[in-house]
Amino acid sequence: MEKMSRVTTAHSSSAISGRTMFCHLDAPANAISVCRDATQVVVAGRNIFKIYALEEEQFVEKLNLRVGRKPSLNFSCADVMWHQMEENLLATAATNGAVVTWNLGKPSRNKQDQLFTEHKRTVNKVCFHPTDVYMLLSGSQDGFMKCFDLRKKESVSTFSGQSESVRDVQFSIKDYFTFAATFENGNVQVWDIRRPDRYERMFTAHTGPVFCCDWHPDDRGWLATGGRDKMVKVWDMTTNRAKEIYCVQTIASVARVKWRPEKKFHLATCSMMVDHNIYVWDVRRPFIPFATFEEHKDVTTGIVWRHQHDPHFLLSGSKDSTLYQHMFKDATRPVDKANPEGLCFGLFGDLAFAAKESLISSDANRKPYPGGDRRYPIFFFKKPDPTEQFAHVSSALSVFETDLDSNRMDWFVKTAQLYLLCGKPFAELCDHNAKVARELKRPQVSTTWTMLRIMFSDPANPTTPGLNHSLSNKLGTLPLMNSFSMKEMGPGMGTESRLERSKGESRQDNAHLEPGILHISNNNEENEETEGSEGQAEYMFGDAELDDDDLYSMEHENQTEEQECTLPQEAFQLRHEIMDNPSAPEHLQQDKADSPHVSGNEAEVTCLTPIESFSLISISQPLFSPHLPASFFCPIVREMLSYYAEQGDVQMAVSVLIVLGDRIRKEIDDLTQEHWYMSYIDLLQRFELWNVSNEVIKLSTCSAITCLNQASTTLHINCSNCKRPMSNKGWICDRCHQCASVCAVCHHVVKGLFVWCQGCSHGGHLEHIMNWLKSSAHCPAGCGHLCEYT
Amino acid sequence: MIICANKMEYPLRTQCQRVHKQVMVNGENERVSLLLMKALVSRGSVDAVSQQMASHPQYLESFLRTQHYILHMDGPLPLPYRHYIAIMAAARHHCNYLVYLHSAQFLRVGGDPLWLQGLEAAPPRLRLLDHINKVLAHQPWLTACSHIQTLLKSGEQCWSLAELVQAVVILAHCHSLCSFVFGCDTDSDFVPLSKSPNGVPPTFCPFDAANGNANVPQSLATPSEHKTRRRSLDSGCDMVCLKERIQKSQEERDKREERLLQTQALQQTDIEEEEEMMCFTDPTRFITDPDLCYQEFARREEDHFQVFRVQDYSWEDHGFSLVNRLYSDIGHLLDDRFRSVTTLPSTHSPDLKRAIWNYIHCVLGIRYDDYDYGEVNQLLERDFKLYIKAVACFPDATKTPVCPLSLAPLKTSERIHVNLLIMEARLQAELLYALRAITQYMIA
Repeated sequence: MEKMSRVTTAHSSSAISGRTMFCHLDAPANAISVCRDATQVVVAGRNIFKIYALEEEQFVEKLNLRVGRKPSLNFSCADVMWHQMEENLLATAATNGAVVTWNLGKPSRNKQDQLFTEHKRTVNKVCFHPTDVYMLLSGSQDGFMKCFDLRKKESVSTFSGQSESVRDVQFSIKDYFTFAATFENGNVQVWDIRRPDRYERMFTAHTGPVFCCDWHPDDRGWLATGGRDKMVKVWDMTTNRAKEIYCVQTIASVARVKWRPEKKFHLATCSMMVDHNIYVWDVRRPFIPFATFEEHKDVTTGIVWRHQHDPHFLLSGSKDSTLYQHMFKDATRPVDKANPEGLCFGLFGDLAFAAKESLISSDANRKPYPGGDRRYPIFFFKKPDPTEQFAHVSSALSVFETDLDSNRMDWFVKTAQLYLLCGKPFAELCDHNAKVARELKRPQVSTTWTMLRIMFSDPANPTTPGLNHSLSNKLGTLPLMNSFSMKEMGPGMGTESRLERSKGESRQDNAHLEPGILHISNNNEENEETEGSEGQAEYMFGDAELDDDDLYSMEHENQTEEQECTLPQEAFQLRHEIMDNPSAPEHLQQDKADSPHVSGNEAEVTCLTPIESFSLISISQPLFSPHLPASFFCPIVREMLSYYAEQGDVQMAVSVLIVLGDRIRKEIDDLTQEHWYMSYIDLLQRFELWNVSNEVIKLSTCSAITCLNQASTTLHINCSNCKRPMSNKGWICDRCHQCASVCAVCHHVVKGLFVWCQGCSHGGHLEHIMNWLKSSAHCPAGCGHLCEYT
Repeated sequence: MIICANKMEYPLRTQCQRVHKQVMVNGENERVSLLLMKALVSRGSVDAVSQQMASHPQYLESFLRTQHYILHMDGPLPLPYRHYIAIMAAARHHCNYLVYLHSAQFLRVGGDPLWLQGLEAAPPRLRLLDHINKVLAHQPWLTACSHIQTLLKSGEQCWSLAELVQAVVILAHCHSLCSFVFGCDTDSDFVPLSKSPNGVPPTFCPFDAANGNANVPQSLATPSEHKTRRRSLDSGCDMVCLKERIQKSQEERDKREERLLQTQALQQTDIEEEEEMMCFTDPTRFITDPDLCYQEFARREEDHFQVFRVQDYSWEDHGFSLVNRLYSDIGHLLDDRFRSVTTLPSTHSPDLKRAIWNYIHCVLGIRYDDYDYGEVNQLLERDFKLYIKAVACFPDATKTPVCPLSLAPLKTSERIHVNLLIMEARLQAELLYALRAITQYMIA
C-alpha cells in the first residue's frame, strides 16, 4: 500500500494530487468530512475530534477540537459535517443527543459555537444545507428531525417521522427545499423543509433499518439507500411512486453510501459489521464490485470523496483508528480475478457453457451446428466508453442439448411391456428377453440375458438359437441412453463434456481413444448416429469390464478348454494394448500364453470393431463343463445386478431377479432387493404401466413388496335404492332394508361373486351373466345397453 | 441426589383441559389458545412459562418461535447438545424447573443419560463451555475475546464459530429465562393467571411499605429519602440490603424446598405410569465454582472494566448483523422479541419501561450516552429497583427469597410484563457482551 507512485490529475479544476497514504488516529473514528476545497479533513469519534491537512505525502494534524481535561459527552460524536459553503463551520451529532456547531474562526481554544440539546436521544446524523449557509438538519434516535437556523438559539421546525429512530438525513442537492430521511423500520421519507406537518412521500426501501442514503450529485431524481439487509438500492424519485431502478447485493450490512463524482453509475459503500473493505460499485453490474479498497483492519465507519468533482481520491476513517486516502488507481479490481467461464447442467441433461467471447470465437474452424444454431450469444452491454474502466466483457453462451431420442425413455416402456418374467421355461424367458433387448438396440442387455441363459441352463442341452445373431449385431452401434450427440458440440466442448461424463470410469483408454473420436466427429458429420455411438461405445466399454473381470476367474478354471478355442488374434490386438486392466497382470503372469485369449473374451462384449466372423458358441460352449454348478456364477450375477442397478437400469436388475428366481435370490440381501423392487415399481407407476407394475409386485418374493397389493383392497358400494353406503353386508342395506344386489337374470339376491357391467351397472351372478351374454348381446335387465363380458 | 421421576410434565389430557379452561376463564382472544395448542401439539406439553406469558399473547408468539427455533430447528448443534447447554445455563441459577424440563427433553431427543450425572460425564467440548457460561450468567462484562479464542482454538475439542454462536444464544436465552422463572415464581409453585388481565389498569403504586413486606427496612423505604439520593443506583447500600434479605430468607427457603420436594414426590406417586423415565438431577452437578455470583459492576475501577457504550456496539447496528450472519434467521427472531416486548400494551409509561431497561443494562455495565440515569431514581422506587436487581442478577431460588418484595398490589399481568422486560434486557445485555467478544475475536 505504500506505493510511492504519484499521480497528478488534470481532471478537476483545482488540480489536486496525492498518493495512497494513511495516518494513525488516537481513537476509532465514527465519521469523517472534508472541507470544500479538499485540503482538510475532519475526523470525529467518541474520543477523537481532529482536523488533518491533506498534504501531498502525508496527513498533518492541524487542530484538535477536543479540548478540556475531561471532555463532556458533547464531544462524543456520532457524525460530523463540514459546511460546504462556509469553510469555518462544522457541525457534529453527539451521542448524548446534542447537536453542536463549531466555528474554526473563533480565537479561543474551544471552538464550540452553538449547542442544541433538543433531541432526547442520540443524534445519528447532521446535514448542512448545500447552498443555504444557515440551515442545519439533524436526525435522531428519538424519531424526530429538526431544522436549525444557525442565527437562532433553537430549532425552527421539527419533523416527526411518526416511527422509530432516524438513521440518516440528506438534503437534496438539486432541490432547495427537499430532504430525505431514512428510518430504522426500513422506510424512507421525503420532506419539504417548509412543511413540517407531513412528509411528502414515504416508501419502504429495505427490510430492517436503512442506515444511509445519498442523492445523486447530478441526476436530481436518484436516491441511493443502503440497509441492514445488505442491499444498496437506487430509487428513481421523479415518478409518482419511488421506483427501484438498481439494486446491489453486498455481503454485509451497508453503513454508508456515497456516489462517485463525475461517474454517473458509480457509488462507494462500506459496511458496519464483519466486512472491512470499501467497495465501489457500478450499479449496472451489481454482481461484482468495480473496485475494492482493502486497507482497513476493522470496519470502515466513514467514507467521503475528497473533492466533489474528482473521482480519483477517496478518504476513509475506520474503527481501527486509521485515516486513509485511497487512490483509485491503487484499488483492487475484483473483476480481473473473476472466473470468466461458467458451466451448468440443465434439468434434462442440457449443458450450458458461457465463456469469454474471445476464447470461443478464436476457435475458427468450428462448424455451424447442423440441427439449428444452438448458440445463444449474449453480449453484456457495455459501451466502450473511454472514461469507463470496467473491462469490456462479452461472453458467449452455448447450450448443448442432449439428443432427444436418447433422452426418451421409450426403451424403458417397451422393455417393460415386452419382457416376459414368468410363465415359460427359464431358457425361453431369457431368449425372449434377449430378443426384446436386441430389437430395442440394447446389445449389452441382450448379451447379458443370453449369458444368463447359458450360465444357468441345464448344461446338458445348451440350445442356443439366436446366439450367433446376437453377436453378429454390431456392437458398435449401441444407442445411448443419455449421450450427447456430438453434432451439438464444438470440438473443444466435446472433449470437455466427455471428460465430464466419463469421470466415473475414465481410464487410460478413454484418453487413448479420444483423438480418433474427435477425428470422426469433425469430419463425419453425416454419420451422426455413429459418432454418438462411438462416444457411447467407449462409455459402455468401461461398464462391461466389470463382467469381464469376473469372466477371468471362470476362464482361469477352464483354461484347458480354452486352449482349444483359437481366435483371430489381430482382431483384438488393438484392444489389448489399450486395455489397462488392473486385475490382468496376475493372470498374465500365471499363464502368459493365454493372455491374448483372455483379452479377446473381453472384447466379445464390448468390442469397438465389428466382428461378424466370431461366434460366441465357440467360446461359451467349452465354458460349460459339467463340473460347474450354476451357483458358481452367482457372485458374478450378483455383481452384474448391482452394477445395472447402480447405472440406473433397475429394470434389468429386477427383471433378472424375477426370471432367475431362487437361483439368485439368496445371494442378494433382502433390503437391496426390496430397494430395487420399490424403485422399479415406482418407475413403472410413473409411466403408468399399471399392469406391469402389478405383475412385478405379484412376482416379487419380498414380503414388503407383495403386501403392496394387499393394501386398500376394500370395495365400497352404495345401496342401489337409497344411494347410501352399505356398511354391513354386501347384499342388504341397513337403512332401507332392501336387497340391493339382485341378479338381473334370476332376480335373486346375489351373495358371493357379483359381476356387473361398468356401462349400465346392471349385473348379477357371475354364472348367470356369463351364460346370458353368450346368447344375447344386450343387458339382461332390459336397459338396452350392449354389455360385454370378457 | 437423583430421583427417577415417572413424570415431569402433566399428562396431555389435563394440560389440554387446563389450557382450555384458562382461555375460557380469561375470555382471552383465540390467539393464545391457538398458540398454546400449537405448542402443546408440537412439544407434547405447555410449560408453565408459556402459560404465564399467555397474558401477553403478542409477546408469547415471538418468544415461542425463538425458543422453538434455537432448540429444535435447523442449527449447527446437535439436539442433545442444545438441551444440555440449556441445562448448564439453568443450573447456573439453580433453576430446578428449567433443569427438569431440559433434562427431560435432553433424554427425549436421544441424549446420553450418563451425561446427566454431571458436567464431568459430559463431553469435553461441553465442559469447555462452562467458563463462558459462568461469566455470562453472573458477570457478563468479563466476557473477553480470549474466552472465544480458547473455545475456537483448542484443537480436537474446538468449537466452530457457528456452533459457538448458537451455544451463546442458548445460554443467554436460558439465563434470562431463569430470571423470568424466578420472577414469576414458577420454580416453586404454579401461579395461576389472573382472571382479568385486561381489566381496569391499576395505578402504579406498587411498593407501599405499609401493606407490603415486613422485611423492608422502614428507613430505606421512605420515598423522600431516596429521591434525594440520585445517582446512587449502584451503591453498595442496595447490595447490603439485598444480601441481608437473602440471608434472612435462607432458612425459609430451605424449609420450603423440603416441602416442595415432598409434594413433588406425592405427585409422582399419583400419576399413572409413563414410559419415559426422567432423571431429576441436582443442578449443582452441572456447574463449577458455585460460589461465583453477581458482583457490583465496578464503577470505581473504570480502568479495569470499560463501560460498555451502546453507541459503540448496539444490537440494531452490530449485534444483529453478526448473529444473523453466523446463525441465520436468529437475528430476526430476537429482533422480533426485543421489539415486541417494548411495544407490549401496558399501563407502564414508555419512560418507565426505558428506565427499567436501562437500569438493568446499567447494573450489567452497559451505558447509554443519551440517557440521564437520574431518571431511574425518579421513576423507580427503591423497592422496585431491588426487585429488578434481584430478578436480573440473583435469580437463584436457593439463595434469594422467591419474591423479595411484595409485588402483590401489582396486577399479575403487569408483574409478568415487568419480568418480561427484565428477561429481555438481560438477554440483550448478555448477547451484546458475547457478540462483541466474538467481533473482537474476528478482527484480531
